[in-house]
Amino acid sequence: MLEIKNLHARIAEDGTEIIRGLNLTVKAGEVAAIMGPNGSGKSTLSYILSGREDYEVTEGEILYNGENILELDPAERAAKGIFLAFQYPVEIPGVATMQFLKVAMNEQRKARGEAELTTPDFMRRVKEAAAELKINPDMLKRPLNVGFSGGEKKRAEILQMALLEPKLCVLDETDSGLDIDALKIVADGVNALKSPDRATIVITHYQRLLDYIVPDTVHVLYKGQIIRTGDKSLALELEANGYADIIGEAA
Amino acid sequence: MAAVQETIDQVRQIDVDQYKYGFETEIEVEKAPKGLSEEIIRFISAKKQEPDWMLEWRLDAYRRWLTMEEPGWARVDYPRIDFNDIYYYAAPKTTSGPKSLDEVDPELLKVYEKLGIPLKEQEILAGVDKPRVAVDAVFDSVSVVTTFKKELAKAGVIFMSISEAVREHPELVKKYLGSVVPTTDNYYATLNSAVFTDGSFVYVPKGVRCPMELSTYFRINEKNTGQFERTLIIADEGAYVSYLEGCTAPQRDENQLHAAVVELVALDDAEIKYSTVQNWYPGDKQGKGGIYNFVTKRGDCRGDRSKISWTQVETGSAITWKYPSCILRGDDSRGEFYSIAVSNGHQQIDSGTKMIHLGKNTSSRIISKGIAAGVSQNTYRGQVSAHRKATNARNFTQCDSLLIGDRCGAHTVPYIEAKNSSAQFEHEATTSKISEDQLFYCLQRGIPEEAAIALIVNGFVKEVIQELPMEFAVEAQKLIGISLEGSVG
Ligand SMILES: Nc1ncnc2c1ncn2[C@@H]1O[C@H](COP(=O)(O)OP(=O)(O)OP(=O)(O)O)[C@@H](O)[C@H]1O
Ligand SMILES: [Mg+2]
Repeated sequence: MLEIKNLHARIAEDGTEIIRGLNLTVKAGEVAAIMGPNGSGKSTLSYILSGREDYEVTEGEILYNGENILELDPAERAAKGIFLAFQYPVEIPGVATMQFLKVAMNEQRKARGEAELTTPDFMRRVKEAAAELKINPDMLKRPLNVGFSGGEKKRAEILQMALLEPKLCVLDETDSGLDIDALKIVADGVNALKSPDRATIVITHYQRLLDYIVPDTVHVLYKGQIIRTGDKSLALELEANGYADIIGEAA
Repeated sequence: MAAVQETIDQVRQIDVDQYKYGFETEIEVEKAPKGLSEEIIRFISAKKQEPDWMLEWRLDAYRRWLTMEEPGWARVDYPRIDFNDIYYYAAPKTTSGPKSLDEVDPELLKVYEKLGIPLKEQEILAGVDKPRVAVDAVFDSVSVVTTFKKELAKAGVIFMSISEAVREHPELVKKYLGSVVPTTDNYYATLNSAVFTDGSFVYVPKGVRCPMELSTYFRINEKNTGQFERTLIIADEGAYVSYLEGCTAPQRDENQLHAAVVELVALDDAEIKYSTVQNWYPGDKQGKGGIYNFVTKRGDCRGDRSKISWTQVETGSAITWKYPSCILRGDDSRGEFYSIAVSNGHQQIDSGTKMIHLGKNTSSRIISKGIAAGVSQNTYRGQVSAHRKATNARNFTQCDSLLIGDRCGAHTVPYIEAKNSSAQFEHEATTSKISEDQLFYCLQRGIPEEAAIALIVNGFVKEVIQELPMEFAVEAQKLIGISLEGSVG
């Protein structure tokens, strides 16, 4: 489903290279975990996947379902099913969460040539999804992410993911800021979306999340490269020993 | 920076040529000769079959005007206006005054239909249980038709063109005209007093709650024609009225002058809600053409516990010079000003309000949202003052500016003056930009750039949109989207 080949990317503004020859393959139905020390380029990779223009790809390619997506803008990629749950969700003052959801869902439908949702249909979907994630419906009337607690923001991200039904889900540290109960609820939400035609990339620092969302593959990202790939036991190994050994081997 | 850069580039190529209301209508008109003189004023007055006192009033104003200087303090820049190169009177030939809908030139009705005001439907809708709006339509210099007149009359509400009111209700007009904005007030208001051609008149009698929204649509159609409308609204004791005006004009290379005066009078316990959706032609992308909108709007909370609320959505005009104000004369009276001012391309806006606290326990609230894009300049200018006797005057002012791109400007110029030590005035001001993060977040959710900007901007102005009558809130939101359309994609 996703094939990243020898990807090099730098910050457009000052030319600093962040991603330095990264290779990664994620198959449909797979859950891939990406781990790595702070500042290694995990969030940057997620931004590049979703087309943020602050980064320039200088070499390599990203194939999504066999198609090179580097020329597509972020909204086009979103309409094709790429979703990013942000590490730091952004506040949109004055725009009710509900309204935002409706605009996003309908814009994606429009881009795919589908009919817009009727209001009752939309309401039903939102209510169901919010209930699954134990989100208080009153929160949906509030402006998106404005004054939401850390955990509420992360839950709102997963709510959007559930409603937009993407094909490639990228979760950037969705576990940070969640209490133990919320972690379970969010993990259940993610697992509920699992399907043979959907892939998930989970970026995290902690094994704890991977107890709930069990990965098929685990990749270690360091200085803009994947330096090690393994199965779920790799995460346990990192939890026990830290990154030092793996980094040492790679160097 | 990339997405913002792109936005900026697109702002640069703004296409105000997309101005949706830029059509012109071929209608036979009758015009007075170009230029301004006592003779022209006599001509206008005669055309309107005005009584002598009205003519004298106009001539007084004109003589006064000749001694005045055009003001230069606003943050706007334009070549000198040649006041003798303007037509001061233009009227569609087939209408000499308001008639019933059947008698109105079908061409005119088509114009209003294009503008989205289905006059005919309005009357048909009258029987239906739905919010209804009574409409007065002013085309160039004359009022063409006033709907719902009979029904309003049943409630005792007078809603007609000001020319008609001069003839039919001279005692009311004489008593209130110029009582809020005196003929000596300022250059444009004095000019208006001399040459005003038409506008609306509303009188809501004691204790009456006006049964529907009242609305006037103004349209400048003729070339080189100035529009000088005059509106006078009186809410007698305990009365309530909500009034909306909408404005459009065709696309033209030349600038056209619009110098209106609006006077509101609220007596004891009365309330007037005045909303404006102004979308005069803003000029093309080089800044050519567009309306000069030099307007004096003032409300007098003359009675105790009276309330006047101004809500404006300003998206059009090349230059806007406009300060809807409240004189809080009655004790416990309240003034409100809610404003959205959108400038794009080469537009220049200098707008704001004055809250003059004279009575005891008076309060006022100002919420101003300025959005600047392109190379436009957007200034909020506001005055809040408390008179010596105005004990416990309270004001809250919030001025927020949003910038799109880096070639436009937003400015806030507050004047605050309290001569009574018990006054409590609060002022908050912010300036922000649509952030790269917000834009990317929306895009990532599949919302294209233009829709994302419209969404974020509508979030930014929400507090003001909420103040609009419901039927117009949606229209206003769309209009804001359209006005910024050139600013991206
Ligand atoms: N737009 C930018 N401008 C300047 N530096 C940037 C920018 N984007 C990323 N960087 C730098 O690139 C490096 C990688 O950042 P990134 O956010 O991808 O790390 P991360 O792996 O997600 O870290 P964390 O685990 O702390 O979230 C960091 O050194 C960061 O400061
Ligand atoms: Mg990160």
